[in-house]
Amino acid sequence: MQANTLSGGFADPAIGSAHAFRSVMEAMARPGTIQDIEGAAPPAPLSPAMGAVLLTLCDTETPIYLAGDMDCEAARAWLAFHTGAPFVGPAHCMFAVGKWDALAPLAVYPIGTSEYPDRSATLIVECSEFAAGATLTGPGIKDQATLSLPEVEAFQVNRTLFPLGLDFIFTCGERLAALPRSTKVS
Amino acid sequence: MYVAVKGGERAIENAHAWLAEERRGNTDIAELSIAQIREQLSLAVNRVMAEGSLYDPDLAALAIKQARGDLIEAIFLIRAYRTTLPRFGASEPLDTGIMACDRRISATFKDLPGGQVLGPTFDYTHRLLNFKLAADGEVTKAPSRDAETGNVPHVTEFLNREGLMEEAPHDDTPPPDLTREPLEMPADRALRLQALTRADEGFTLGLAYSTQRGYGRNHAFVGELRIGSVPVEMDIPELGFAVEIGEVILTECETVNQFTGSKTEPPQFTRGYGLVFGQTERKAISMALVDRALRWEELGEDNVGAPAQDAEFVLYHADNIQATGFLEHIKLPHYVDFQSELELVRKLRREAGAQQVQEAAE
Amino acid sequence: MTEYNFAYLDEQTKRMIRRAILKGLAIPGYQVPFASREMPMPYGWGTGGVQVSAAVLTPKDTFKVIDQGADDTTNAVSIRTFFQRTAGVATTTTTSDATVIQTRHRIPEEPLHEGQILVYQVPIPEPLRFLEPRESETRKMHSLEEYGLMHVKLYEDISRHGHIATSYAYPVKVEGRYVMDPSPIPKFDNPKLGDMAAIQLFGAGREQRIYALPPYTQVVSLDFEDHPFEASKADHPCGMCGATDSYLDELIIDDAGGRMFVCSDTDYCEVRQAAGHKRKDAA
Repeated sequence: MQANTLSGGFADPAIGSAHAFRSVMEAMARPGTIQDIEGAAPPAPLSPAMGAVLLTLCDTETPIYLAGDMDCEAARAWLAFHTGAPFVGPAHCMFAVGKWDALAPLAVYPIGTSEYPDRSATLIVECSEFAAGATLTGPGIKDQATLSLPEVEAFQVNRTLFPLGLDFIFTCGERLAALPRSTKVS
Repeated sequence: MYVAVKGGERAIENAHAWLAEERRGNTDIAELSIAQIREQLSLAVNRVMAEGSLYDPDLAALAIKQARGDLIEAIFLIRAYRTTLPRFGASEPLDTGIMACDRRISATFKDLPGGQVLGPTFDYTHRLLNFKLAADGEVTKAPSRDAETGNVPHVTEFLNREGLMEEAPHDDTPPPDLTREPLEMPADRALRLQALTRADEGFTLGLAYSTQRGYGRNHAFVGELRIGSVPVEMDIPELGFAVEIGEVILTECETVNQFTGSKTEPPQFTRGYGLVFGQTERKAISMALVDRALRWEELGEDNVGAPAQDAEFVLYHADNIQATGFLEHIKLPHYVDFQSELELVRKLRREAGAQQVQEAAE
Repeated sequence: MTEYNFAYLDEQTKRMIRRAILKGLAIPGYQVPFASREMPMPYGWGTGGVQVSAAVLTPKDTFKVIDQGADDTTNAVSIRTFFQRTAGVATTTTTSDATVIQTRHRIPEEPLHEGQILVYQVPIPEPLRFLEPRESETRKMHSLEEYGLMHVKLYEDISRHGHIATSYAYPVKVEGRYVMDPSPIPKFDNPKLGDMAAIQLFGAGREQRIYALPPYTQVVSLDFEDHPFEASKADHPCGMCGATDSYLDELIIDDAGGRMFVCSDTDYCEVRQAAGHKRKDAA
């Protein structure tokens, strides 16, 4: 077992995850805003923000899909030690982790059912930068917001599924943003 | 002149102090010990463990003491404590077939392998107040013999051999956990049984009784009722095998119910099942009757609209901690809602009054 | 309190609640099932709100609790003390200073701002429950967006009374999709639900549901073209601060049944009085 498998969790899990959750919640409640999130130091290729989100939300009850480069020994060992989350394929995951291209195609992830639209996957997308970009409107947004998205069409298609659909968290370094299924993208 | 009411905090503190004093009662009288409650009020302790879903006689006794003997309050204390406990794992399924029985009776067979054991039961006591107990509770030793060991076969297995009994195929699917997942309808039998075993004894009894009086009647016989201790084993991954971590006393009731057959099944006997922590036989029998009533759908019976057949009704109202909390919450201030109702009723009355005046004038 | 975890709940429970809150924010107005835990206060006394607050609080928060609009009602005091002890948070009665506000039955008069979270205690989260007692049925109705029954009920009120006879827990439609119960707030508060700058979270412990309104969400109180929704209150000024725009409690002040009306939002009333607004009835 690598030394950095055991390290890199929250120094104080209860306090660290409380702060990290507020960042995630603010991001999900206010699509387009960029939030700081810190406290985790996972091994590459997981970013600190990605690590913090996973520590905050995942445990033995949340199957995770690691896509592309993220599916490596270092990430698996770290997540197994710190969260105990089982690793599964995209069709059965609650959280999917990866770069945008590796996560495609989106059609394979669970989008919930009409009676339980919450039984859907959240995709945590590792990004290289945050910048202005697509225009966002919808719940959580006063007039409109902007956020750089890897593409536009996939999110438009996702919006047509509402109230079913996928929710997205974008991580980059020690920052994150989010895009719930309710947001209209143009 | 009106001055807004302040001092909620002081009021609460003072109420708690008074409550503690009342709990203790007259200090000239010796204080109850946890051990006394555990040993001498053991059926109360058992009920608190069963409905609190936590097997710990000492904690249950402490809860009863703290709750001044209010068993639902004691169950609440245990539930709130239980929910904070970390989970180390799940035990292996218990095998009641190897129960060391203190009591084992069957109403369907006069005698059976392993024999009938009456055990410590109120059944044939005459309910006459024993005034001697008021002065002196010492007892003479009851005759005893060594407990039977080994397998004690279930009565329903004898019927099963003849094919007269509904099959109960072995199923290793891990049951859902009511305390970790929100209750979801329709609930399968494992989930229903889980809810019933911690359900309020009085509510379960009332429902069971209603099936006997014709509201979803299913002709139950007590095939077997057994009370005794069963070892609990847990698989230790580091060891690679299961080890015994303790034992629990359980009450198990299997009812044998008449079933006239359906489109797919020939006439046979069907089962109702009750399994409850501790010596809790009223509850276990009630549970078995309600379980059987709730099985109408899988057995292809008619839903006659009886309360005990309605899984949503039964499961959403059987938990006394949920029920008592919501019932008692109406003691909390509701003056905001009440004010809006006041305004509405005044407005409707004003308008109704105005209308009557107008009609009289016309 | 060292024997319990920060904010009382264990971390696994908080993660489960946090996941439910995120789903609630992503699907505004939809009731997310969650495995509510037994809390050390009774069901029906705010266990849902308490679990939601426990999942969102950080040690940096300033926490306010109101019941019926007031900070000093006994249950508000009890819940505030609980989090003081278990989470070590600062507490306040001043609405504008609070970062997290747990409420029962009211929305503060003072508009909330970004960075604030309003946590509602919800007794019966299902707006259709009194029309259809079965969960399996109401879940289907939500999935099919079949809200006809609710409109029929409201319209029956109109034909019988000339008005919709629902004065609190008045149902709303969120973003044109889910009909939602706003908790038993007076309908006077309904217009504050929509386009609010703060995050609104709703917790129903006994009924095991969490739902949410992100900031600036469209929330419409159900009504009819010929009977538009009307937020109402007692037609009086506050007897203490003279406010004419706040929701009022009615008090009986003498044996002859004399009455007086005062703000239900105690902080709003006190701030106004401190700013020099007084009525003749006030001290």
